[in-house]
Amino acid sequence: MSQQESLYEKLGGEAAVNAAVDIFYRKVLSDDRISSFFEGVNMETQAAKQKSFLTMAFGGPHNYSGLDMRRGHAHLVERGLNDSHVDAVIEDLGATLRELGVKEELIAQVAAIAESTRNDVLNR
Amino acid sequence: MANIRYAKDNFELGENQSVLDCLTDRGVPVPFSCRSGVCQTCLMRATGGTKPPEASQQGLKDTLKLQNYFLACVCHPDTDLEVALPDDDDIQAVIPATVKSLKLLNSEIMYVALECHAPIDYRAGQFINLFQDQSVGRSYSLASVPHEDDHLHLHVRRLPQGRVSGWIHEELRPGQTVQIRGPGGDCFYTPGNAEQGLVLIGTGSGLAPLYGIIRDAFSQGHTGPIRLFHGSRDQNGLYLTGELRDLVRQYPNFDYIPCLSGGDVAHHFAAGRVHDVAFRHIPNLKNWRVFLCGHPEMVKTAKRNAFMAGASMKDIYADAFNVSQSST
Ligand SMILES: Cc1cc2nc3c(=O)[nH]c(=O)nc-3n(C[C@H](O)[C@H](O)[C@H](O)COP(=O)(O)OP(=O)(O)OC[C@H]3O[C@@H](n4cnc5c(N)ncnc54)[C@H](O)[C@@H]3O)c2cc1C
Ligand code: HEM
Ligand code: FES
Repeated sequence: MSQQESLYEKLGGEAAVNAAVDIFYRKVLSDDRISSFFEGVNMETQAAKQKSFLTMAFGGPHNYSGLDMRRGHAHLVERGLNDSHVDAVIEDLGATLRELGVKEELIAQVAAIAESTRNDVLNR
Repeated sequence: MANIRYAKDNFELGENQSVLDCLTDRGVPVPFSCRSGVCQTCLMRATGGTKPPEASQQGLKDTLKLQNYFLACVCHPDTDLEVALPDDDDIQAVIPATVKSLKLLNSEIMYVALECHAPIDYRAGQFINLFQDQSVGRSYSLASVPHEDDHLHLHVRRLPQGRVSGWIHEELRPGQTVQIRGPGGDCFYTPGNAEQGLVLIGTGSGLAPLYGIIRDAFSQGHTGPIRLFHGSRDQNGLYLTGELRDLVRQYPNFDYIPCLSGGDVAHHFAAGRVHDVAFRHIPNLKNWRVFLCGHPEMVKTAKRNAFMAGASMKDIYADAFNVSQSST
């Protein structure tokens, strides 16, 4: 038997991230619950960071440690980032994948990866 | 705290201070203009084995990145950095150019044609930095198309009390030699996908790069629809209207929509702010390529609106004509 395909491979790898990034970022920017966290920053840099986020959530290769997640979101926690915002991000992520026709079973796995970073992102 | 080493001096970098501010506060004559990482006027180089932060190299050509060039105005290093101004003998060497002609396109915009003393490899829509003297340079976009035009063409809008634009309008004369550097920027036409729709939105002298990009697209055989929206407050702010209407007659896939935001609007003009008019004309931008040039607020708003209207981020090209708020 050949090696088992990883979640990232099942989703379609980097091409899947590229297909998802515009849709996801558009959802985030039009989501009143969280859009304020993404306002006023350079859109190109933001899009690049969304890609890092998606790659990580898709189980792809990345170098972020839990500490990086803490540091990277600390300024947002100061501005009131809480559980409801993480819920919103995970919801938008699911909606993005559904729009791309990804199976529910894989969507649940992606959500679980994002979920596993919750405490780091919220710095607790 | 990081230290910045320049020539024989060591300066301590203040909290949240950029390398540019740190050096200019101490009297080092680093040229700058936009202070926001776009115009590349404040180009410097890290030396002595030190490396600039990645964020300070955004938008630079790979060849420059590899040589540790960076933009001082957006450089916030955590560790010590040894820096130098660009040398005259490397790729970003200053190129002398002779002013071939100057002509007012309307009451506030000057057409400038420059003949470079050394060949320069550029794309229509990129910008060059034009220097008034060694420490004062400003970015101007290229309206000319390589292989079609012999010279570099600029459209310079005169700002009240504008140092460089005022100098260009009042003192520059044909025959005079000026120093330029560049080109830079990635707002230009790329071949491939010739059927894609192009929408170009510009205010004021933001027409300069767009005029170059459109003619470049034609010369490369673009077949998809090309829609140009040029905005101004009143009719006096528009220019090249005759040339653009000629292009409309010549190319069936081209449309030119001059927009006036200032009230009474004559026949032949669209009423309203240029990006509002454009998005009304083309509500769904999925699969369109978008070019945005000119007023920074317009560019920022239009970029977001274009993205939300379905344009892919990689298909949005923009140059905000950022003017320094506290200039030398
Ligand atoms: C990538 C890029 C491309 C550019 N391309 C072009 C181009 O093709 N054509 C062009 O004309 N310019 C272009 N610019 C702008 C240009 O580089 C200069 O910033 C501009 O000419 C002003 O320089 P200055 O020395 O005349 O004015 P400065 O002496 O630097 O400053 C002028 C003063 O005017 C104030 N001011 C700012 N905005 C306005 C305004 N809208 N009206 C009145 N006052 C204002 C400022 O606060 C400042 O105090 C571009 C800028 C960038 C970053
Ligand atoms: C659900 C788990 C989350 C994960 C796995 C995650 C992951 C990431 C990653 C990898 C980056 C890029 C960091 C970098 O390269 O600099 C990032 C940046 C960012 N994240 Fe998250 N994120 C999560 C939740 C959230 C939430 C809930 C918000 C706000 C509603 C948020 C807002 C941001 C912002 C604004 C940035 C950019 C920060 C900056 O520009 O300084 N993230 N995130
Ligand atoms: S890029 Fe630094 S001053 Fe414009």
